[in-house]
Amino acid sequence: MAELLAVQDLEVRLFDRSGVVLAVRDVNLTIGQGEVVALVGESGCGKSVTALAILRLLPADARISGQVHFDGHDLLQLPLRQMRRIRGSDIAMVFQEPMSSLNPAFTIGNQIVEVLKLHKGLRGQAARTRAAELLSLVRIGSPEQRLRSFPHQLSGGMRQRAMIAMALACDPKLLILDEPTTALDVTTQAQILDIVRDLQKRLGMSILLITHDLGVVADLADRVAVMYAGNKVEDAEVHRLFAAPRHPYTVGLLRALPRRGRRAGDAQERLTEIPGLVPVLRESLAACAFAPRCPRAQEDCSRQAPHLEQCEVDHEVACFHPEPATVARVLR
Amino acid sequence: MTGPVLEVTDLRMEFRAPRSAGGRRVQAIREVSLTIGEGEILGLVGETGSGKTTVGKCVVRLLRPTAGTIRFAGRDITTMPARALRPVRSQIQMVFQDPYSSLDPRMTVGQIVAEPLRAHGRFKDLGVRPLASRAIERVGLSTQVLDRYPNELSGGQRQRVGLARALVLEPKLLIADEPVSALDVSVRAGILNLLADLQKSMGFSCLFITHDLGVAEFLCDRVAVMYLGEIVEVGSRDEVFGDPRHPYTRSLLGAAPLADPVAQRSRERSIMPGEPPSAISPPPGCSLNPRCPLADTRCSTEAPVQTEVSPTGHLARCHRIQEQMSLEVSHT
Repeated sequence: MAELLAVQDLEVRLFDRSGVVLAVRDVNLTIGQGEVVALVGESGCGKSVTALAILRLLPADARISGQVHFDGHDLLQLPLRQMRRIRGSDIAMVFQEPMSSLNPAFTIGNQIVEVLKLHKGLRGQAARTRAAELLSLVRIGSPEQRLRSFPHQLSGGMRQRAMIAMALACDPKLLILDEPTTALDVTTQAQILDIVRDLQKRLGMSILLITHDLGVVADLADRVAVMYAGNKVEDAEVHRLFAAPRHPYTVGLLRALPRRGRRAGDAQERLTEIPGLVPVLRESLAACAFAPRCPRAQEDCSRQAPHLEQCEVDHEVACFHPEPATVARVLR
Repeated sequence: MTGPVLEVTDLRMEFRAPRSAGGRRVQAIREVSLTIGEGEILGLVGETGSGKTTVGKCVVRLLRPTAGTIRFAGRDITTMPARALRPVRSQIQMVFQDPYSSLDPRMTVGQIVAEPLRAHGRFKDLGVRPLASRAIERVGLSTQVLDRYPNELSGGQRQRVGLARALVLEPKLLIADEPVSALDVSVRAGILNLLADLQKSMGFSCLFITHDLGVAEFLCDRVAVMYLGEIVEVGSRDEVFGDPRHPYTRSLLGAAPLADPVAQRSRERSIMPGEPPSAISPPPGCSLNPRCPLADTRCSTEAPVQTEVSPTGHLARCHRIQEQMSLEVSHT
């Protein structure tokens, strides 16, 4: 698969009241043409920061190093003018909360037309027609009428569809979805996931899907990258990751999940807890960040940091003592 | 056998929208009847706006219902005056969704956990500290946290403090309103295990409100599914998850993605169209009829009543089920 995006040695330092936070450490990530890659992890693991770094949407005082190759450019080195041209056209992003990413003072139509005007030079009726087409693409009924709606007149699911329509306005090569269904109910989520799956197939764009929901990952992703404390700890083809996860953190996440058929009343049926807390790293660590919580940790884990290494075809893990591939099957 | 701990009959709750919003009536609960037996966990599941939280608030009498009765341990508490209600309230305790806003930031954990003891004037002679210590240890925290403030604790620890506060009076009934929804997967697992353990050791009954079907299946003995202010299906865990009858329950179960790519991708997708209608103007007839794949003309004119699916207490509110069942009967 030809590479569309290649993130190399990405490191992001952010600043909060107590000083520097190492939000992303040494992350390498590639996304192929037409590939759907899920970036998975719990709050604060750096998955959203990675996406924002790719688009250069982090606060001005963030310190970013590394490279983000996209379409022959290193996005991190690009002049801001050119970067703006790429944002919203070649790379589009949909955020978690559609209400706060839409402007409440303008109609949906205005906001889509603005994108079309800016990036495609479309004006007047041509722009309105295209905007209506985009709304029908995301299965919004009576699109002409909906163009005249303000965001508050739409439900959460409708707003998120409008956001996706806007993101698709310029036929992006890469669509970044940051927790696109987290704020939605399950029946609405199912509708949105179905639309995304269908559009991805029809339009063939690549997707970077950021989520903490392993069900959403199982539904949409081709490949999964698991992040912990700013590091990518495992990267595998989706079926491999669920069937034979190697990193103890991935295994823990999968076993912690209540899933169909698991019942507290049943004998010895407990969800696996991962003891302790996700650390906030303020300086680089010469150890595995997961070691203090890891059931498989040994002495060497606290002496040096493991690097991501290939363990199988399509499967990388950053762990000195990964789960053996054969035993790692997670309970159904 | 003793009677049910909680018996809610024909509960209705109407709110009046502010005059600026038209002053119309919002029927948050249109008709809800449910019972919770001794030591039983009843899951109340449904999507945003289905009225499940309002049911919880009525039961603890934070809201005075418009109609219907609430009986707790055999006594009618629906309109009980505040003074008489006090001893009852100590028997019904609540845990909230947001572990950040539900703990007073200016109180220490010790004060928070002891607050119910003081409020109900219990154990003055013993001193509340030992009881608070016991409650804190019971939820898996060390007594060292008693002198800490909530902002020093993680989300999972705070939720444990909320649970300790609710259980310090050893209530008969616990109302848990989305207690794990704000937590990450690995932390959530710990709280769910803890709730299951505590229920076993303390024997309280529980109304567990959640939108997460996986959580409900894991924890609850019986499950009631709400849609637009009504319970559309109720039954044992096995009945509702293993043999769902109501079209809405089926679509909910079908919409929640499975964290298993093989199963998720091979299942039949039946996505319920549309979104829940407004509680201000519910559709005539069955409230699901505009979205229901089985709906016929009767469904849009006549409201269905609860029908017994099996004598074990598996009920569903659907015309088509009734028809199916009478067909089955006539065939035998």
